[in-house]
Amino acid sequence: MAQAEGQQHPIKLYLWIWALLFVFSAFSYLVDYLQFQGLLRWSLIILFMLIKASLIVSIFMHMAWERLALIYAILLPPVALLVLVGIAWSESVYTFVTRGIFFGAGP
Amino acid sequence: MAQDALATTAETTAAPAGVQGVVNDYSRDKQAFDVPWGKAMMWIFLLSDTFIFGSFLSSYMAVRGSTTVAWPNASEVFALTIGGVHIPLILIAIMTFILISSSGTMAMAVNFGYRRDRRKTAALMFATALFGASFVGMQAFEWTKLIEEGVRPWGNPMGAPQFGSTFFMITGFHGLHVTAGVIYLGIVATRVLTGVYDRKGNYEIVEIVGLYWHFVDLVWVFIFAFFYLW
Repeated sequence: MAQAEGQQHPIKLYLWIWALLFVFSAFSYLVDYLQFQGLLRWSLIILFMLIKASLIVSIFMHMAWERLALIYAILLPPVALLVLVGIAWSESVYTFVTRGIFFGAGP
Repeated sequence: MAQDALATTAETTAAPAGVQGVVNDYSRDKQAFDVPWGKAMMWIFLLSDTFIFGSFLSSYMAVRGSTTVAWPNASEVFALTIGGVHIPLILIAIMTFILISSSGTMAMAVNFGYRRDRRKTAALMFATALFGASFVGMQAFEWTKLIEEGVRPWGNPMGAPQFGSTFFMITGFHGLHVTAGVIYLGIVATRVLTGVYDRKGNYEIVEIVGLYWHFVDLVWVFIFAFFYLW
């Protein structure tokens, strides 16, 4: 390509990722359709979610070809959200137990 | 001065990769991110949006975990009866496939943009916008259906009242993003078609719109997993 500039990759790659996203979305839907329950359900949901998310970020958003300086600046800060998740989780367990004790509808 | 400039150019062309590259990029006393400024700004905006949706989903987890009332079964709430067959969660599955298709057309639009194929770029962007608009249309249908069934932000007949508040909050905010994306796509695609970026000699904006659009799809992946499937 004489005019090659910016992010330039073969169309075939995008079609492949597109197909993969379709397949993994179908898998996610099947988890519900086949009524998997419990730990199997949750781990499959998270697995397919992470696969789809990383395909979108790395290929469609071209993160795989960016320099590490940008990758760190964008992908590391969201890890801090895990702290929020941890705090929210412990608070929610506490609230659940308290409600159980005072409303008598809990465990 | 001229020597300095020369040295910098040599440094950029032979930029080291890996962690050494991070140190170099941040400490070389000039632009740290080796991308056009618009792209860097869009990434930073998307980072802030990540925190917004991250907070929404965390609070959803908190209220769902703390309620002592049974959570409504999303599989049944979002089921449809099509041609006499009852299919669970089908509406959301269709919306997911539509949004993924729009991401595919968007990725190809970016590609054709860099090849300076004005017509194909604009056509693919309009296709993306059309997929996005149909997604919003289906979401409007979904909201109408749930509101008719008595789901409100403060309560619903199926179970825990927190279901309504988190549903309207999270899908509403996401739908707002899709709507904004459709408008954004429409504006840029029109400008592509009229040759604005040909005259500028720069199709970078198509990739920036693409980043926004893929992010909207990315958020849906998480909403689909945590809200609809969990």
